[in-house]
Amino acid sequence: MKKNLFLIFFICSILKPSISFSLVEIDITRGNLDPMPIAVSPFFTNEDSNIKIKNILNIDNLGFEISKVIENNLEKTGLFDAIDKEAFLQKPDIAHLKPRFEDWTLIKSQVLITGKVTSKIINNKDYINVEFKLWDVLGAKMVDGFSLTTTPRSWRRVGHKVSDKVYERLTGESGYFDTRIIYVSEEGPKTQRVKKLALMDQDGFNTKYITLGNELVLTPRFNPADDKIITYMSYFRNMPRVYIVNLQTGEQKVVGDFRGMTFAPRFSPDGKKLIMSLAKDGNSEIWVRDLETNIQEKLTDHPSIDTSPSYSPDGKFITFNSDRSGYQQIYVMKSDGSKVKRISFGKGIYGTPVWSPRGDLIAFTKLHKGKFFIGVMRTDGTGERLLTENFYQEAPSWSPNGRIIIFYRETKSDNDGQGFSAKLWSIDLTGYNERLVKTETDASDPSWSSLLGN
Amino acid sequence: MNLNKILKNAFLVVMFGLIVTACATKKSVKTTDSTTSTTTTSAETQKADPIEKLDALMQGDVYVGSDTVGELASGVPDRVFFATNEIILTTASRETLRKQAAWLRQNSDVTVVVEGHADERGTREYNLALGERRANAAKDYLMTYGVSSDRIKVLSYGKERPVDSGSNPLSWSKNRRSVTVKAN
Repeated sequence: MKKNLFLIFFICSILKPSISFSLVEIDITRGNLDPMPIAVSPFFTNEDSNIKIKNILNIDNLGFEISKVIENNLEKTGLFDAIDKEAFLQKPDIAHLKPRFEDWTLIKSQVLITGKVTSKIINNKDYINVEFKLWDVLGAKMVDGFSLTTTPRSWRRVGHKVSDKVYERLTGESGYFDTRIIYVSEEGPKTQRVKKLALMDQDGFNTKYITLGNELVLTPRFNPADDKIITYMSYFRNMPRVYIVNLQTGEQKVVGDFRGMTFAPRFSPDGKKLIMSLAKDGNSEIWVRDLETNIQEKLTDHPSIDTSPSYSPDGKFITFNSDRSGYQQIYVMKSDGSKVKRISFGKGIYGTPVWSPRGDLIAFTKLHKGKFFIGVMRTDGTGERLLTENFYQEAPSWSPNGRIIIFYRETKSDNDGQGFSAKLWSIDLTGYNERLVKTETDASDPSWSSLLGN
Repeated sequence: MNLNKILKNAFLVVMFGLIVTACATKKSVKTTDSTTSTTTTSAETQKADPIEKLDALMQGDVYVGSDTVGELASGVPDRVFFATNEIILTTASRETLRKQAAWLRQNSDVTVVVEGHADERGTREYNLALGERRANAAKDYLMTYGVSSDRIKVLSYGKERPVDSGSNPLSWSKNRRSVTVKAN
């Protein structure tokens, strides 16, 4: 692992916004059929800075590229419609100082984003300073902004941080753009699939491969309390076991000393515990291991298959699937293993329950009449809502703000195995805005990080 | 301060919206206490594509053909097949496993790995558990016929290593299997 994978941000100052807030707010609880027109001005970079930055990054116009990152993020929410930059009447530098609001009204923009990129040298090291302002065009006011200094190579993250700020300001919800997705990259024929752990920015850029593909790897998941730590399952030396990896140092260790296969790992919300399944002598049970004391404890005790555990965000409950009723169904228990209660009673079989970071919903996979669905239900099993139906899809993972679910979908193959693919998809909690998440290779088992720390 | 108030109000509006949409959703499914309603659907029973000569190759949905079947030793088949979501050994499976056990008793220096597999029509983690159960069902039977447990390791691959890459009931039936492989 490269050390510079995680870079340091300094937030220098928050530009003071004017007090009144007259922006149109966006209701993101419904499918948005009328996206808000938004203008993202290329961030202004002066000649001198431009030359220096080009020398470092080999990018001609970094300010323009940052504005594209923001535009792309906001458009993919389905809530915003970015206006073609060709239509802009005002130059980036002037707009950033003081927009001529009538020019932006004329092209029907309700919101304007401007910025400025300057190269800097601190202690003989190169940095970039990025200033950003969010303007309410109709109210003719600046409503938000910040300035931050960071290493040139993390310029895309600046774009993500701006996107988060804009999203938060306009929807009232926390953002999810400065995040990463860890997944399993897949290549080769179905019968000899080569799988590697892969890490990328939420928008599909900066892909890095964490393993080489020498052994089968499955189900990576972020530690919600530390985005540099993941857990996953590996068939290293043909011993299928759960591992924890520090992405920054590359340090890796097997979790616990179990006789039998450990799988289906997930961290507790505070990152101090790991829940997983242990399969031994034909029986799978759910175990928890305290990562500080190394004490491990069996939570379920039933001859059926108990697996796919996931904590509630307060850490008090665990949802999991079990076939103790005859077929896979979803259960909830207290985190000490007591008070087990089945919550799924609809038609079909239910698996892979994952608790929403907001705490109110559980996402799941459902199989009914030969079709696979991704859906959500309340934590008592009521209010089931199916978001998407397909030939095969599973493994939902929540965006950190609980608004979007990412999962993987496989296509049907013909008798020769042709036509098969595995891809990541995302869908809003509303059931709208279903999108292919672009990956360099085929992909499965996505896990969405929390908002990144430094 | 004013700003905070407005934001708070915006948040309330959003929360209210959430509640309303949650109530108004069309797709909500009535819950039922009946567990029997689930018994007709299972992970692997899709029969969308009828395949010719299916009856000859499958009994129920257990594969009974010889395609993909290798040999543990001469005249000793290496694998047995399972019904959808099942770990029960069929009559044919038991016959195969008795042959394996007899051969292993004669070759007492041989150790084996029993690999357990599932088809692609289930969730990954559940299938890992299911593969482990299938491998153990085969292991237990070998032990019943005199092979000591320290000579048999089990290894579940879940749905990760299909032998047949098709997406149809016949392909799936070949993939629901346990395979006994020599380990030394």
